[in-house]
Amino acid sequence: MIYLDHAATTPMRPQVWEAMAPYATEVFGNPSGVHGVSRRAKNALEESREKIAAMIGARPLEVVFTAGGTESDNLAIKGAVLSNTPRQGLVTTAIEHEAVLETADFLKRLGMPVTIVGVDSEARVDPGEIADVVTEDTAVVSVMMVNNETGTIQDVAAISEAVKRANPESLFHTDAVQAFGSEAIDVDDLGIDLLTVSAHKFGGPKGSGILYVRDGVALEPVIHGGGQELGRRSGTHDVASAVGIAAAVEAALAGRERFDTEVGAMRDEMERALLAANPDIVVNTPATGRTSHHLNVRFPGVRNETLLMLLDQRGVAASAGSACQSGAATVSHVLEAMGLTPDQARECVRFSFGWTSTMEEAREAASIVNDLVSRLR
Amino acid sequence: MRVLVAMSGGVDSSVAAALMKDAGHEVMGVTLKLWSGPGGEAPTAGCCTVSDAEDARRVAAQLDIPYYVLDHTDDFRDGVVDRFIEGYVSGRTPNPCIECNRTVKFDRLLSRLDDFECDVLVTGHHARSRDVDGVWQLLRGADAAKDQSYVLSMLTQRELSRTRFPVGELTKGEVRRVAAEMGMRTAHKPESMDICFVGSRDYRGFLRDVAPQVFEEGAVVDTGGHQIGTHDGIVGFTVGQRRGLGVAVGEPRFVVRIEPHTSSVVVGTREELAVRQVDLDQVTWSRGSGGDGPVMAQYRAHGEPVPAWLSGSTLRFDQPQEAVAPGQTVAFYQGDLVLGGGLISSTFRDD
Repeated sequence: MIYLDHAATTPMRPQVWEAMAPYATEVFGNPSGVHGVSRRAKNALEESREKIAAMIGARPLEVVFTAGGTESDNLAIKGAVLSNTPRQGLVTTAIEHEAVLETADFLKRLGMPVTIVGVDSEARVDPGEIADVVTEDTAVVSVMMVNNETGTIQDVAAISEAVKRANPESLFHTDAVQAFGSEAIDVDDLGIDLLTVSAHKFGGPKGSGILYVRDGVALEPVIHGGGQELGRRSGTHDVASAVGIAAAVEAALAGRERFDTEVGAMRDEMERALLAANPDIVVNTPATGRTSHHLNVRFPGVRNETLLMLLDQRGVAASAGSACQSGAATVSHVLEAMGLTPDQARECVRFSFGWTSTMEEAREAASIVNDLVSRLR
Repeated sequence: MRVLVAMSGGVDSSVAAALMKDAGHEVMGVTLKLWSGPGGEAPTAGCCTVSDAEDARRVAAQLDIPYYVLDHTDDFRDGVVDRFIEGYVSGRTPNPCIECNRTVKFDRLLSRLDDFECDVLVTGHHARSRDVDGVWQLLRGADAAKDQSYVLSMLTQRELSRTRFPVGELTKGEVRRVAAEMGMRTAHKPESMDICFVGSRDYRGFLRDVAPQVFEEGAVVDTGGHQIGTHDGIVGFTVGQRRGLGVAVGEPRFVVRIEPHTSSVVVGTREELAVRQVDLDQVTWSRGSGGDGPVMAQYRAHGEPVPAWLSGSTLRFDQPQEAVAPGQTVAFYQGDLVLGGGLISSTFRDD
């Protein structure tokens, strides 16, 4: 199988699994407990927290362990809006992940002011436009660092600066699920108050994530209970999962350079090969300000669901970017926000590369796609 | 063969997929996403709900076959839902499930078979088909009580030649037994009877939202044109209906006709209800062509076939029939063999 759906999930790195295993079996203690086995678990948990904090320029207690990106987004946004401040508004964009957009919809139903800002044809957010809609009432602004469908990178530093200029009290959240592992992230340099990371997007375990919460930021928890994670996220710790995300973070950052060079070269090669065979295809991933690992392409006249089925049967795993609960390829809200018509959006396929990808796979996949596209057109 | 199985999530299409796989074919399962509410949500009742697609996916995983969900919401809205609404607005009695079979399930899936590199389409309908010297015949399913050949009566020869109905050879009990023996996850799932896009609510509630004009007040008139009462919308009536007419007369009265342009409901006696002859639209012959002559005609999904004589697109019943209305499908049979079918465009009394 040629796996080109790393933006959906990645295989776990072997060293991550090895690091986790003892904490599922021998060191099974509840880190909140008082006996030896609990202390050892607690120590592993805190070591993981320290490692992750160091990687993003944060302090350890600013890292909250969660069950993944969706939970982190929910905690950041609901937590900020529902916390005890005079501000209740949310500003976000039309291209966010459903974890953000559905949370926005929920808050709207609760009567909170929600503003959704559009993007340009490259899925780029204009910091000025964000600043224009931030008001006295804005509790949090949420803008993703890298779009999951196109790989467009936002100018997060400029956006956070614009937010703070408009209202220094408003918090800035960024969903960095697609960025972590390939983009340099320092929460201070980028002016980030809240940052979402999900482990399984860079070789870590599924169901494991963190939310960075800047010191002093008060969040209302989404999951109430025993008060773990300084009350920000209750529930007995999954130590193995915390160890796993820390190991994955270390491995990802050690391999980050490879994304800029090798993985980028694979993606570029596939893009070149597709364009060479079909000059009229449209690359939705922008030419500049993009990650090294996303490639979103529109094949005019080819329905993406047909192409994806045939690719699957030839052993190439790609995706349409978003799948609804039933598994049908839905018309992408990201591509629609970029100005594509629903029919055009149904012709788009996302190929995404990752830590296991090879140049050979990129070439082979391009040739399979080219064969199918010429047959289907 | 490479076969594409239309999987609804129900036990019949699940077993159809299993039987094809057991027979050594290369099987691919698909579920059609046909309808979503205003917010994009999938229906919660009927044959194509979110949980049905989930059931189909669970079965596909169990059978270890590739499985995909195809988005045909546009085709469904245009070909089925809009026609359903249009049917009620024009006083007909539409059957959305038949429309869906014809215009979406068969037409769309068959037209995509080549793209999917498949040889035939497989469905879970209770009907049988066989190749007799290069001509495909459609027959009633082995289980008379579950026979669904009526809804397939308008399939063309080309469509029949590219479709297989493996469960039509079994009774429903046998289907359930096969499913149970295989430990299939949907073996004990109850059958769904709702119209999928209407959901669990009454179809009138659905129409109230999309076609409020069918709820306009109007007159109840007798066949002589005299008003004998009022009604609060033609949608409340179907031809042959006896109850709820709001008119008090000695003799039993039935709805004999609906006149949408004047919002009138025409009521009459049992004799006036009787239809002797109908005109048909889109007469289709299973083997590609057909001629005038005697047929056994069935005009309801689970109705009894009655003798009739077909000449061109006119069908004359040997005996007058009640509850025959424009919009209904008539299937023509010769014994168990389906000859073809058509859609009733107008009905005539015995004159």
